[in-house]
Amino acid sequence: MFEISPTEWTAILLSLRVAVIATLVATPFGIALAWALARHEFWGKSVLDAAVHLPLVLPPVVTGYLLLLTFGKKGLVGGFLADYLGIVFAFRWTGAALACGIMSFPLLVRPIRLSIEAIDRRLEQAAETLGAAPWRVFFTVTLPLALPGVLAGMVLGFAKAIGEFGATITFVSNIPGETQTISSAIYSLIQTPDGDSAAMRLVIISIVIAMAALIASEWFARRATQRLHGN
Amino acid sequence: MLRVDITKQLGEFKLSAAFASEGRVTGLFGASGSGKTSLINMIAGLLRPDRGSIVIDGDTLEDTADGIHVPTWRRRIGYVFQDARLFPHLNVAQNLDYGRRMNGLAADPAQHKRIIDLLDIGGLLDRRPGKLSGGERQRVALGRALLAKPRLLLLDEPLGALDEGRKLEILPYLVRLRDEAGVPMVYVSHDAAELRQLATQIVMLRDGQVTAFGGVKVLTSGA
Repeated sequence: MFEISPTEWTAILLSLRVAVIATLVATPFGIALAWALARHEFWGKSVLDAAVHLPLVLPPVVTGYLLLLTFGKKGLVGGFLADYLGIVFAFRWTGAALACGIMSFPLLVRPIRLSIEAIDRRLEQAAETLGAAPWRVFFTVTLPLALPGVLAGMVLGFAKAIGEFGATITFVSNIPGETQTISSAIYSLIQTPDGDSAAMRLVIISIVIAMAALIASEWFARRATQRLHGN
Repeated sequence: MLRVDITKQLGEFKLSAAFASEGRVTGLFGASGSGKTSLINMIAGLLRPDRGSIVIDGDTLEDTADGIHVPTWRRRIGYVFQDARLFPHLNVAQNLDYGRRMNGLAADPAQHKRIIDLLDIGGLLDRRPGKLSGGERQRVALGRALLAKPRLLLLDEPLGALDEGRKLEILPYLVRLRDEAGVPMVYVSHDAAELRQLATQIVMLRDGQVTAFGGVKVLTSGA
């Protein structure tokens, strides 16, 4: 029963690639945004905060459709990117990564924001009195102390990205070898007469990946606490 | 030479202080809530006065009339906080080296060794701050501030968080620093006995006003 077919392998590897790229590209943006939300008051902050969480509460099909309207070949941004930079999202694995990145963004940002909020700002003042300009304070004190939160956010974001289905299939469809991730492969398999055992294999693999991500995230959170207590 | 002349409104509280001090250790004496910490935070640049100026050795760090505000990280003023504030993710050696790195100073092994010996922290270098006693932490904080080669060292009740035994452990180090480190200090305390041992000049603060200024004898002449 547990022999993974080439098509299934393709879907697994594509899922991993999509989720890894989505997470790596989203992380710098996530850190910047988490820092802005944790440390600054600015006009429109609550709107921005809500917008970040929107993919969490909107039906994924809505997010996918909005992505299609924006980043599709005829979309405002998508058209520009395709014409001038040669970057195409529609019906490509890059589009799957974009959809996954946006859907997992709230989960990525939240732990980072919480860990930045937990940092004692008086440590940053101490760094300033020792001659560190604000950007160096960020890189030598704030970011290292928030690192466990950053890793936890990356793990959670990755887990969400690898399981994303609704927005991805709406935006980039379900093309084997290009946009068919584990989730969309399972969806196809359970609609084919003899697909049950193949679907079950992918289901088990999904569960294993998700569990591993949650355990890793827990472990990073514990490390964060230890780090802040200086052990 | 430190010249301070500032006013600052903090809620209901008004801080208005002017003094010029030439001493090696200027003791800032007053009860809690008298404005001592706000005053040295302004010297450090962590707090901006509403009006006034702060000048060290002819170098203007703050002057509201001319719109001068040198940011904290360019002031080269060391600060030892009551609660050490060591970086928990760095070990003692890295904490000590932080100011040198941030100021882009060349390594100075002789000074490094001198300060480590002076404070007796050579045995702690590999440890994380979480594994230090309160007294050890405060000695490392002193070393960290000094190794950034400040032109002035601010100490905000550095013994305040320590019990009596620990205070007696740290005091001799502070006396040695005063006599050997060659860095002028502003020492904040509400403890007259402590200041009598350390300070060469006293600025007495009460309710945000300077009420007395002079040698340590002002501590005895009934505050």
